[in-house]
Amino acid sequence: MPALLKRLGQVLGWMPAGFFGGIEVPDRKLTAHEPIRECPVPDVLILPMKQHIGEQCHPCVHIGDHVLKGQKIAATEGYMAAPVHAPVAGKVVKIEEHRIAHPSGLGLPCIFIEPDGSDGEHRYEPWADWETRDPAELRERVRECGIVGLGGAVFPTFIKLVRDQHHPINTLILNGIECEPYLTTDHRLMLEHADEIVRGLSILRYMVGARECVIAIEDNKQDAVEVMRQAVVRASLTGVRVIAMPTRYPQGSEKQLIESITGKQVPAGKLPVHIGVLCQNVATARAVYHAIEHGRALTERVVTVSGEAMPRPGNLRIPFGAPVRFVLAQCGLEDLDGVHVLHGGPMMGERLRSVDVPVVKATNGLLALHEEQIHGLNAEEQPCIHCGHCGEVCPIRLVPNLLADHCRNDAFERAEAYQLFDCIECGCCSYVCPSSIPLVHYFRYGKGQLAQIRRAETFAEESRRRSEARERRLAREREAKQARRRARKASTPAQAEDGEG
Amino acid sequence: MHVLIAVASLGGFALIAGLLLSLAQKKFRVEGDPMVEKIDAVLPQTQCGQCGYPGCKPYAEAVARGEADINHCVPGGERTMHQLADLMGVEPKPLAEEPTAPMVAFIREDDCIGCTLCIKACPVDAIVGAPKQYHTVIADYCTGCTLCVEPCPVDCIDMLLKPELIEHWAWPLPETERARIGRERKGSHARAA
Ligand code: SF4
Ligand code: SF4
Ligand code: SF4
Repeated sequence: MPALLKRLGQVLGWMPAGFFGGIEVPDRKLTAHEPIRECPVPDVLILPMKQHIGEQCHPCVHIGDHVLKGQKIAATEGYMAAPVHAPVAGKVVKIEEHRIAHPSGLGLPCIFIEPDGSDGEHRYEPWADWETRDPAELRERVRECGIVGLGGAVFPTFIKLVRDQHHPINTLILNGIECEPYLTTDHRLMLEHADEIVRGLSILRYMVGARECVIAIEDNKQDAVEVMRQAVVRASLTGVRVIAMPTRYPQGSEKQLIESITGKQVPAGKLPVHIGVLCQNVATARAVYHAIEHGRALTERVVTVSGEAMPRPGNLRIPFGAPVRFVLAQCGLEDLDGVHVLHGGPMMGERLRSVDVPVVKATNGLLALHEEQIHGLNAEEQPCIHCGHCGEVCPIRLVPNLLADHCRNDAFERAEAYQLFDCIECGCCSYVCPSSIPLVHYFRYGKGQLAQIRRAETFAEESRRRSEARERRLAREREAKQARRRARKASTPAQAEDGEG
Repeated sequence: MHVLIAVASLGGFALIAGLLLSLAQKKFRVEGDPMVEKIDAVLPQTQCGQCGYPGCKPYAEAVARGEADINHCVPGGERTMHQLADLMGVEPKPLAEEPTAPMVAFIREDDCIGCTLCIKACPVDAIVGAPKQYHTVIADYCTGCTLCVEPCPVDCIDMLLKPELIEHWAWPLPETERARIGRERKGSHARAA
């Protein structure tokens, strides 16, 4: 009976429709009641030239330059990119490659800044009057301020903020789900900065012209739901709903959240805008507010530093470029023996091989865990028993066990035909697999190999084109030479005859 | 009578179909040997000659004629060998030579005398320069074939390992027993070049 009532509620639109699959995970929000605290400024900040999805930036400062807080230090002409700004005033001391938080352990060019303790700051012109401005102008500001999706996807935000007659945006969803265990940054931001988030929402709404707004929060954060409701009332906004969603992982994933709220699925290979939806994280909305109303670039973020092995867990406001080792020390963790440090949440994050990497725009959490808290760390992979659990929990409705087989056997094209690239790597399938098959790891392997194959094919195609062009050119040259020779031959005897005659 | 009608109508039909087919053959005639094209399409186009033929196309022709074996393309490695085996309908076999890591040529410009010999050797026009001027390699075009190294009279061309880019990095297989067994059973590590 309750199930029937729930279904009725969903059909009538009183209750969120929910999404397919997903799992319940212990939420371990150790820091839900820790107010955001300031992280001190380290001796040196290391700023990678790429902290977003897209093209890499190039430094626009030189070694020895003095920079202001908020000054742009790297940018690119490319469209899909977000510039980098100095998080503090100081001196550029080095520009060289440095290791970043990446599973490869490889590095990127980084700008090293030594803070000088001064509070010189560069700000863009504050626009309290944004409602009278052209949305395109606001969009340019959002781009210039280096804002990216702060939920973890780090997609440059301005790209999504377009008014397009063919795809008008009806619904703007503000994502306050935060379904990864441990993480509480969005939770704390909503509690402490609700008004700023709502201002950001208004700006975003104005920019894309959305009629309806939804602020989505999971029901394990009832206090945030309450606070956000009050903030919406205070701002006297109409057409904004704050809804509490049943807690379920991975509801915070964009497409799942959209399915949950609107009941509509974003078709494979399409974007939310194609069904008239824009989704933004609450922290991103706040960053947009700062960029527009205060002219502040994105130079810091709130990070949940937590985990059972963390002596003093908390939510820290950290300037980008702060070394992870330094941040951990701020929370009392210096001895890393027997401790695994994760960058991001436990479901989708990466184990860090080195803590000498900087905090970047994508860093939503830093977790210190003991071995026993990491799911399936030392489990040995067993044969698949075809229980089907993986398929039941996959929010994309894939068939993970078959996909993993294809990847393991290097049948990449087959895996692609089974929609390998639609997998969002949420980790649900690996989590429930009774045979401890590292399914997601296989998918990453398959995706990586396919990408390399595609690259090799493109390169071969280009090489073929160049080599054929060269062959043709050589043939032409040979022919021209022969033609000249023939011409000479034809004229020489004639000359000889002339000479005789 | 009925038999005659049947024979006549079927015969007429066969005649028309035959005419159509011969017309179609004239119209849609394929230039070149389709097998050679197919084989050439899966070769890496490095044009290095390590297969013993002066480029990928000649090797493709030799394989199509059945003269060359399928396992001689060094840069292509396992994956190309498997693709050739599929195309030719033969069993995969071990590579004749271990594949080498991807390389890229680099000209030490201080030593270059601008003789243009390397330009003439490069099969993909990846070297730019003019007589008596420094020459340089366009790294994005270089296939790493090494053909430019030998002709250089002052020996100023080095083959360097292709730098590993973070965007091009790919996850390895999981380090589990079953992943290892699966790979061994396939008898190969068919990786992309
Ligand atoms: S959950 Fe694991 S054992 Fe069950 S079908 Fe999926 S891969 Fe096989
Ligand atoms: S196959 Fe991909 S999307 Fe589906 S459950 Fe597994 S990780 Fe998540
Ligand atoms: S070894 Fe391979 S890449 Fe080199 S020329 Fe022969 S077919 Fe082409």
